[in-house]
Amino acid sequence: MRNTLFKLLTPLLAVVAALLVSALLIMATGRDPLMIYQKMFSMTFGSAYGTGQIVFRTTSLMLAGLAVAIPFKMRLFNIGGEGQVLAGAFTAAAVGFLLPPQTPPFVAIAMCSLSAMIAGSTVALLAGWLKVRFGVNEVISTIMLNFIVQAFAGYMLTWHLAVPSTVHTPEIIQSAQIPMFGSIIGIWDKSPANFSTLLALAACLGTWIMVFKTTAGYEMRAAGLQPEAAQYGGINANTHTLRAMAAGGAMAGLASTNLVLGYKHFYEAGLTSGIGFIGIAVALLAYAHPLWIVASALLFGFLEYGGLTVNAYVPKDIFMMVQAVTILMVLVLTKAMQRV
Amino acid sequence: MNAAAVSLSGVSRQFGEFWANRDISLDIRSGSIHAIVGENGAGKSTLTRMIYGLLTPTSGSISVRGQSVRFTSPRQAIGAGIGMVHQHFMLIPDLTVTENVMLGNEGSALFAPLKQKEAARKIQSIAETHGLDIDHNAVISDLSVGEEQRVEILKLLYRKTDILILDEPTAVLTPSETGQLFTTLTSLRDEGKTVILITHKLDEVLGVSDMVSVMRKGRIVATKPTATVTKSDLARLMVGRNILLRVENPPENPGETVLKVVRASFTDRKGRKRLNDLSFEIRAGEIYGIAGVEGNGQSELLSILWGMTEPGCLVNGSVTVNDRALKDMNSAEIAATGISHIPEDRLRHAVIKDFPVGENMIFGRHREKKFLLFAGFNANSVNDYTKSLIDRYDIRYDMQNNPPLSSLSGGNQQKIVLAREIERPGLKLLILAQPTRGVDIGAIEMIHKKIIETRDKGVAILLISAELDEIISLSSRIGCIYKGSIRHEFSTAEIRKGRSCEQDFEKEIGMFIT
Repeated sequence: MRNTLFKLLTPLLAVVAALLVSALLIMATGRDPLMIYQKMFSMTFGSAYGTGQIVFRTTSLMLAGLAVAIPFKMRLFNIGGEGQVLAGAFTAAAVGFLLPPQTPPFVAIAMCSLSAMIAGSTVALLAGWLKVRFGVNEVISTIMLNFIVQAFAGYMLTWHLAVPSTVHTPEIIQSAQIPMFGSIIGIWDKSPANFSTLLALAACLGTWIMVFKTTAGYEMRAAGLQPEAAQYGGINANTHTLRAMAAGGAMAGLASTNLVLGYKHFYEAGLTSGIGFIGIAVALLAYAHPLWIVASALLFGFLEYGGLTVNAYVPKDIFMMVQAVTILMVLVLTKAMQRV
Repeated sequence: MNAAAVSLSGVSRQFGEFWANRDISLDIRSGSIHAIVGENGAGKSTLTRMIYGLLTPTSGSISVRGQSVRFTSPRQAIGAGIGMVHQHFMLIPDLTVTENVMLGNEGSALFAPLKQKEAARKIQSIAETHGLDIDHNAVISDLSVGEEQRVEILKLLYRKTDILILDEPTAVLTPSETGQLFTTLTSLRDEGKTVILITHKLDEVLGVSDMVSVMRKGRIVATKPTATVTKSDLARLMVGRNILLRVENPPENPGETVLKVVRASFTDRKGRKRLNDLSFEIRAGEIYGIAGVEGNGQSELLSILWGMTEPGCLVNGSVTVNDRALKDMNSAEIAATGISHIPEDRLRHAVIKDFPVGENMIFGRHREKKFLLFAGFNANSVNDYTKSLIDRYDIRYDMQNNPPLSSLSGGNQQKIVLAREIERPGLKLLILAQPTRGVDIGAIEMIHKKIIETRDKGVAILLISAELDEIISLSSRIGCIYKGSIRHEFSTAEIRKGRSCEQDFEKEIGMFIT
């Protein structure tokens, strides 16, 4: 009981502490923190457009968070969300404009999403395979794969796929596009929020079921907690390493539905940059719990967009600091709470 | 009567709401061996940790040689001439015996030359007086566990400690090393030193101590001269009820051969031979006990039987269960043929500490169809099954809060593992490694009963244990393992005869395992 309460309190306290620290930072720039916070609120949750912006960002972050959280259950640290999101987005865009225009909508969306998931999965699996086969530390291999994927996508874009004299691919076919909330049910008008948010929520729920309710999840958690015991229990840890990496990569790849199918409708250089890395923070703040990730992603989505809204008054870098301070606070408070 | 070396009056220690020690008053006579016995969690270690300054009492006072003290760190206790040999040794493996003994007490300034020769001479003379047979130039990593323990004792004596606390010192020793340790302790006592011996082995208490205190649930329930108590008195005091020290063992009725090990040999990655033409067989409905000092091939044998030999090891010979070779099978496949294995280190290998009881009850058996529903578990069938085992095996824990397994006592954890493995459908062979290590005597009684019951259902049982009395009281046949092969086998008739004069029988077995 006490433990659950602490677990709930820690993130909240961390956020409050982080806001206090950032108030100091804002004051240092010569602005009134209360005024800034108020402006920030009215331009985010205070407006339909702002809320939509946050929902849009939250969607990518939920999926990028899952990409870290699933392997984390196996004690694997997937730093490669960045590359896996990129691989997914690039693939979705490529498949999207190569499909014949008369493809029916559901088929087109399914094909783009699936190929994006496979692409993200493949990148992550490569790191998993290196770990299982040669014992290569997954932190190193996923970081290296980030560079490889970035360079490869950059090359493909510049030399083969980009629309001449632009840095983006041609637009995907109409039927592969996921509609925006604004255009169908009229909420969060003009914002990039689109129906792939539902997909991301379903992914969180699905992951929760997979991890906590299925035999595969049971084995995976056991192997993550006590690899030696798992071996005695006849559980093959290698299989689960591969599975966890594949599932994580697939989630990262799925983020492309939001970015490419739902919003941009093409891939452009830098479209995905930073999402994979913030995903690490999202997962850590949520203790890698698939449902808490929703709340955690919402917070980071808010901070990210909120920073942009008050860019005119304080540099948005301040809010990058807030994000970092929040994570540090969580880590510090978790340790401190254990001692109480 | 000598004065008290250590005396406690009204000492209590609380951890939150929990009283680890409550109102303890105790005089430990100077120049005596004072044993403190009790089950796990009775508060023995809290008590000694307070004497040694690792914990401070919540209330009450401690005095050493008549002077009231309040230690806040072991440093102060060491200054007052108190020393402790922990269960896990605190030695630096790369240094020699002399260097380790001197450590922290070098007797020279920071950059002055180290007086190693002088120290070595001193160590030699202390060692000779007390029968602490050791080469002072040896490097620690080359020593046996028994020798390491001697170094720990030397370390204390070198610092002129005169109150020695030993925490479960015999847990890691061979029978002959135990004898040697007791000779040393007696010689220290005769020299006027005080020894506080923490243990849960009653035979040792009776064999070596002058006084014995029994602890139960944080209190001292009795302090008596050892000469006036018997083993069953102590057991009753420890548990708080009458207890059967020797499980009833009706004659067995063996059937067909189940496990057959023929000339098994095992060479590890470094090329050392761990098993050497080891052969034995177990029939249905009998218990085959393997007696031996740890490190004589038991773990290698277990790794073969459970399909867990590490890559790079060379295994020869044949191991069959009901004429089916176990070679090339992994542990999941072996388990599926009706074999259960209770590994020795259950917290590391048999359970997931952070999982609740229910999830641990199916661990390793989680692929059985009756527990499954679609891709997940059938919560109802898992719950029913867990409940029925909890009742039948008398497993006690806070069922309301569904806590992680690590919060249960060692005995209850072991009962969970035992229940799970014995109830495996179609069980043919049960492999038990140290089934009662770290388990209270109350739980041992129950575990032994269940083992005999399982045997009588026609299951073949392999029992590997370092506790000779456990081996003797349960086994139908006993194989003495030494340097990787069965050196001698005792027949059922010999064991029955041996049970009537256990001490002599233990000595007889002891000769074959050292």
